[in-house]
Amino acid sequence: MAVLTASSADGSELIIKIKGRFDFSTHQEFRNAYEQAPQEMSCYVVDLKDATYLDSSALGMLLLLRDHAGGDSSQVKIVNCNADVKKILSISNFEQLFTII
Amino acid sequence: MRLLIAEDTPSDRLILANLIKRLGHEVILAVDGKEAVEQFIEHSPDIVLLDVMMPFKHGTQVAKEIRQIAGEDLVPIIFLTSLNEASDLAECLEAGGDDFLSKPYNTVIIKAKIMAFSRMRRLHKEIQGQREHLVQEQIAAKGIFDKIAHYGVLNSPNIRYLISPKAIFNGDVVLAARHPNGDLLVLLGDFTGHGLPAAIGALPLAEVFHGMVSKGFALEDVLREVNAKLKSILPVGVFCCATAAHLGFRNRSIEVWAGGLPEGVIYNTRNKSVKKIHSQHLPLGILSAAQFKYQPVYFEMDNDDVIYLWSDGIIETVNAQQEMFGFERLLNVFTQSCNANTVFDEILQHVDDFAVEGTEQADDHTLIAVKMQDAPSMALKQALLVKPKVVHRGLADCTMTCELGVESLKSFDPVPLVTHLIFQIMGLKPYVNTLNTILAELYSNALEHGLLHLDSALKNSAQGFAKYYALRHERLTELTEGFIRFDIKHEPTDNGGRLTLQVTDSGQGFQVAQTNLVNENQNSLINYHGRGIRLIETLCQRLEFIPPGNSVIVEFNWSWL
Repeated sequence: MAVLTASSADGSELIIKIKGRFDFSTHQEFRNAYEQAPQEMSCYVVDLKDATYLDSSALGMLLLLRDHAGGDSSQVKIVNCNADVKKILSISNFEQLFTII
Repeated sequence: MRLLIAEDTPSDRLILANLIKRLGHEVILAVDGKEAVEQFIEHSPDIVLLDVMMPFKHGTQVAKEIRQIAGEDLVPIIFLTSLNEASDLAECLEAGGDDFLSKPYNTVIIKAKIMAFSRMRRLHKEIQGQREHLVQEQIAAKGIFDKIAHYGVLNSPNIRYLISPKAIFNGDVVLAARHPNGDLLVLLGDFTGHGLPAAIGALPLAEVFHGMVSKGFALEDVLREVNAKLKSILPVGVFCCATAAHLGFRNRSIEVWAGGLPEGVIYNTRNKSVKKIHSQHLPLGILSAAQFKYQPVYFEMDNDDVIYLWSDGIIETVNAQQEMFGFERLLNVFTQSCNANTVFDEILQHVDDFAVEGTEQADDHTLIAVKMQDAPSMALKQALLVKPKVVHRGLADCTMTCELGVESLKSFDPVPLVTHLIFQIMGLKPYVNTLNTILAELYSNALEHGLLHLDSALKNSAQGFAKYYALRHERLTELTEGFIRFDIKHEPTDNGGRLTLQVTDSGQGFQVAQTNLVNENQNSLINYHGRGIRLIETLCQRLEFIPPGNSVIVEFNWSWL
């Protein structure tokens, strides 16, 4: 499994972990991860600790998640990015849309 | 069905041939491996039955050759064998067979196998047909796509570009269009994904870009419109990383907006230094019209300086060790090149050498280089290319006035509008470049000097250049009173007409004569200000400042072409 999900203790936060390449092949799994969450989440965390690569379709998937989480009022954090991944996110200026830690 | 039987034992060959004939199929016979290949070429059978041990050519070799000859067609190969060991049977399949038949032959099994393979062939043919159909459709659609997405002025002598598509359609777009004043606007875009879904977004992008640039809209207006259009039609998650640039050939400056593409560079061909263009915006098609930001950067560009833009495909090319080509290697090509004119080819060569040989390129490779050149000659050439159209209806004798107040000045560029108004006058269309240049110069003089009191001497240095535009933005935002008025008058004459343009601002005027005098004494190459006025003088018949200098009249006499 390239995509793992977990909820925080109080159930308000959904953590989505990506393993390996985050690209179009992860599309369906990534979508399922947040669409099949048991309840409405107030915050989403995308953990990229084990993500080795990110392409433009992954950026598109992050936008889909942001839309699902409420668009401009959403709370989506992207955490544990390695240098390469961070560079790709910053070229696209995604820090304007997401909290990147 | 037509079956080829290659079997060197006469009795076995006869038994099998009769058996298959009885099932209603046509049979072609071969007595050894060499003949098997010859018969295959001559009769192109649907299924091949091959003995493994044959004189002249071994069964596995025959299978290999038949596969090669068949190409994309599916020709099932069934090995005939008296062996019964599992490992021997497996060997038949490893050697390129699709199945095997063990001796002695069993009619029921042979019949079932032929049925199964004929079903497989039918499916394969169907898929082949569908794929061919799909490719034909894509080729036709690509013809249309290329006309829309890649027309414009990409073939100008100062532009070089490369688009190598990963699929027939491409997620990358390269656009170039000429502003009515002769300036050049270019855009390199990379849509999320590849192929048809990515290419579809390129169509509205290209339409808006070409349409608005040729009407004289500024880069900001074009990008705002493109962004709004893409946002409204593309699904969430599909967007366009892009860098767009406006090359001002007269003031040798470049205005760049960058959103989401890897850093591009401005290359100084004399000292081989590069200035990086950082992406400062979100890609196009993500933010709503109200949220869209336009914070361009300005660079000075001398003649022969070149702006290079690329999509991520070049940087992400990987070698055998899975290392990426990367930005540093790319920069080295620029700084280490012996000949600035061959950098474009050197980049491609380096990327090609770096990539693993024979591997398919992982992403679209797109690259564009645009050189700064002396404008007047280029703009003039372009103007001559515009074929005059004789218009039989339209304005002839008329006066028009257009006055803009503070709120309009802050958010509206009137030059396209006024240009459009003037072109309703019969016969003026061929003069599009000249008139747009005159209008734009008069308007920016009135706004920047008349109303905003900007000192054009600031533009003498690189830092001042950027500061000038920052100040312009700041003062325009803070502007509380003022106006700019265009008075347009046209009178037909025997062989054409006389157009009188008066631009008046509410400012205090400025010392025109002195400004011009100072400029005459300086090197015009390094002095960017004041050139606008001198340019206008060369383009029209009369230019007169009305004291105290807040109003200027330009007379343009034209004749039917």
